[in-house]
Amino acid sequence: MSIIVNKLNYIYGPGTAYEVQALKNINLEINDGEFIGIIGHTGSGKSTLIQHLNGLIKAVSGEIYYNGEDIYDKDFDMKKLRSKVGLVFQYPEHQLFEVDVFQDVCFGPKNLGLSKNEAELRAFEALRSVGFPEDLFYQSPFDLSGGQKRRVAIAGVLAMNPDVLILDEPTAGLDPKGRDEILDQLVQLHEEKKMTIILVSHSMEDVARYVNRIIVMNQGEILYDQTPKNVFQHYKELEEIGLAAPQVTYIMNQLKEKGFRVDVNVTKIEEAATEILRALGRQA
Amino acid sequence: MIRDITLGQYYPTDSIIHRLDPRVKLIGTIVFIVSLFLFKDFFGYLLATLFLAVSIKISKVPFHFMMKGLKSIIVLLIITVVFNLFLTPGEKLIEFFIFKITKEGLRTAIFMAVRLAYLIVGSSIMTLTTTPNHLTDGLEKLLNPLNKIRVPVHEVAMMMSIALRFIPILLEETDKIMKAQIARGADFESGNLIKKAKSLVPLLVPLFISAFRRANDLAMAMEARCYQGGTGRTKMKPLVYKKIDGIGFGVLAMYLLICILVNQFVPV
Repeated sequence: MSIIVNKLNYIYGPGTAYEVQALKNINLEINDGEFIGIIGHTGSGKSTLIQHLNGLIKAVSGEIYYNGEDIYDKDFDMKKLRSKVGLVFQYPEHQLFEVDVFQDVCFGPKNLGLSKNEAELRAFEALRSVGFPEDLFYQSPFDLSGGQKRRVAIAGVLAMNPDVLILDEPTAGLDPKGRDEILDQLVQLHEEKKMTIILVSHSMEDVARYVNRIIVMNQGEILYDQTPKNVFQHYKELEEIGLAAPQVTYIMNQLKEKGFRVDVNVTKIEEAATEILRALGRQA
Repeated sequence: MIRDITLGQYYPTDSIIHRLDPRVKLIGTIVFIVSLFLFKDFFGYLLATLFLAVSIKISKVPFHFMMKGLKSIIVLLIITVVFNLFLTPGEKLIEFFIFKITKEGLRTAIFMAVRLAYLIVGSSIMTLTTTPNHLTDGLEKLLNPLNKIRVPVHEVAMMMSIALRFIPILLEETDKIMKAQIARGADFESGNLIKKAKSLVPLLVPLFISAFRRANDLAMAMEARCYQGGTGRTKMKPLVYKKIDGIGFGVLAMYLLICILVNQFVPV
């Protein structure tokens, strides 16, 4: 059970003045139960890549296999793929349309041909799993706050029971509290439902704390595809392409330069704190 | 998915036609369209073809870009051809069943099709080589005399430029919304007419909401900059005729003259 991307190429506006090669020879394997962060600057091709994964965009060349099946095969059921690989776009405003939140979340499961009861059951579960307060279920989705709208949007995709959940910048425009809440809920989904989660972001801080694999994209190519610790070792290269390692990496590296014997590979603030205390204790 | 509409889509490159004053291009397009309706015979169309071909060549816009505009009127073209072909009375050419094709029918069908196609391609040259802003600027300047009879030229031009400016934005937005809904299993293609119309609701509701929100924001931003209409408003880059525009007008005058001459003196 996995997604395999083989030599994928994509060009926007081929044969026009606006021609841009958005993806160049992408090779990728996504296994079940992974928590992946895709990071890249604006225009690096990360959004284009994830839209290939559920067949919204068709590659110019290359193949994508979902559970061993070629998704560009004529007999392949795209609708099923889209229910199994759920994609949540950046702006919830682009998908909310119903009169109330509950109905909106029902839209996905209803499209799968489920009965009304079953669709409602799924909607209910999905809204609960993103921590959406029950007293707002019958509110208009347009009256909600940014964070709540985003929850509804995520629930709308979750209600289709996907195996893989892809989120494009799920924390953009949220305050720190809202951001942490949403990311924590994703961790919960990952741990409890064993869902594969792919988080697209340009914030290293967000990604470093949660994911166990980071894919760094630059100008349509995969630059790094490693664990966070290994990726952040290249913090100087990351800076060159307009990204930055988490602040912790910088602190640890500077401490080491000043002669403290700390491990520069920690990525989380808590880890860094214990590491610094340990180093101080040894020096004293 | 819906990127085939060329109208109002500027093709950025540097050519003589791109550099012309928008007023020259506007008048040029009108002259060309009028000339199309003046011609009654083959030589006239040869002239128009020549004029069009040269314009396309020096505009440096790839040929297939021009053709894109034709796609949208293909149905209209076919209907025109069919009606003219079968319903024009005259000298019989071919007859089968209840249909008959006449010599006159064939002639008008071909001329009408060419006329329509040239009309679209001709105006595409203008929209492809002129930014929407430039175009409305030119229009505003050209229609300025109408201000005297209390036509709100500036306001109309402003509305037009805003509308044009928003076409690509709303198209892009439509594309994004469609994708977001397809990702939730929406189906915009299959089903009968009623089902298809119903399936548009998840697309149209977010689109309208976003359009209203954008309109509100824009109005607010304009008011914040003390916008109050056309009176006393100056331009950052006022339109001024240059030498090249004089030459442009000269070429147009020549073209019009030759058209009239061809029409008068070349026998059918």
